[in-house]
Amino acid sequence: MSAAIPITPPASDVTADIAQLLAGLDRELVGLAPVKRRIAEVAALLAVDRARAGLGLRAQPPSLHMCFTGNPGTGKTTVALKMAGILQRLGYSRKGHLVAVTRDDLVGQYIGHTAPRTKEVLKRAMGGVLFIDEAYYLYRPENERDYGQEAVEILLQVMENQREDLVVILAGYKDRMERFFECNPGFGSRIAHHVDFPDYSNDELMRIAALMLERMGYAFDAPAAAAFERYLERRMARPHFANARSVRNALDRARLRHASRVFSRLATADRETLSTLVAEDILASRVFEDEAPDA
Amino acid sequence: MMTNHGNRLTQGQFSYLPDLTDAQITAQLEYALKNNWAVGVEYTDDPHPRNTYWEMFGNPMFDLVDPAGILMEISNCRKTFPNHYIRVTAFDSTRGRETPRMSYLVSRPKNEPGFIVERQERDGRNVGYTIRSYATGKPEGERY
Repeated sequence: MSAAIPITPPASDVTADIAQLLAGLDRELVGLAPVKRRIAEVAALLAVDRARAGLGLRAQPPSLHMCFTGNPGTGKTTVALKMAGILQRLGYSRKGHLVAVTRDDLVGQYIGHTAPRTKEVLKRAMGGVLFIDEAYYLYRPENERDYGQEAVEILLQVMENQREDLVVILAGYKDRMERFFECNPGFGSRIAHHVDFPDYSNDELMRIAALMLERMGYAFDAPAAAAFERYLERRMARPHFANARSVRNALDRARLRHASRVFSRLATADRETLSTLVAEDILASRVFEDEAPDA
Repeated sequence: MMTNHGNRLTQGQFSYLPDLTDAQITAQLEYALKNNWAVGVEYTDDPHPRNTYWEMFGNPMFDLVDPAGILMEISNCRKTFPNHYIRVTAFDSTRGRETPRMSYLVSRPKNEPGFIVERQERDGRNVGYTIRSYATGKPEGERY
């Protein structure tokens, strides 16, 4: 039925391209070993499929639908955004664009509203990647008249029948996604790649912080780096720790403190003052409150 | 009949060619999308050449990147109306209004009876001509 013409780069480029791609991932993403391993596997599969096709061995188009689970701030959205480009370079995705949606974009307000909405989103995502953030909201078991079920059924149908046109990536917190798959067993089985994003270690979070600072054009001085490491240890023990997102927020707050510290003597501030976060900016954080007397 | 060669409706682009295959339709859609034209699927069972406004099947499709979505809609339309004319129209909004830039048939009834020319005798031996599809003698939905 589908007359999709897969656009695939010549085989000679592929091996080099894959190596380059994986190196790029290693550079840009800290940690996330299982995710990188999965991408490497998919890339290898492509190369093997190409070689098989060259020998006339027929290969089914692989199912590439994915589910990213993990705690808050472990990079699910970031990786999904990269995934679209990756799949295009691997020749699995014709256009390599990403359509990011949530429940609101798929599920309608009244009877007969959901199907056209869902189909419109699917049509826009054809040839690329459909990223459904917090996918478990699609299905609300507590409300049996919820229209989410309808969206789920349409999604399933397209995911099954038009594999070569569309890659669906679901993302969400692990426990809720598991409950979602329990309620929709067909969904879980149609997704070939369940990728769990591990929490970052202290060391990895420090590297992430360094990357983020570099992008923001700031740097820690040595005492600040030590202070931030201590900050992370304490922050991780507290509730609602959201990995890289907490790091980003902490850095944003440190920037605020840095700004108010520098503001008073802005006229004399030089380049280094303006771009260096010192220990004081970090240590003013709430997580150090309880040790304030002896510090 | 000379005016309706092979009893095939010849309206829009490519209509003197054999019916387009899905791969050819995809290539044409690709061209339309490349130009940022919105594509709509329309159907009718009244193929009179002056019948400009066919029924839209679903909404016109804006912001698409890949033809697969449109092809999906075309096959849905074919399934729903196996014995209607279905055409694909690409609209260009450059001038602030949706102007058709491409339009071609993607599906036609199995049996096309064609058109009749009716002559109307008027004053002073004038003759008025009009054409009418044989199929439109029947009510809508029962024509093909």
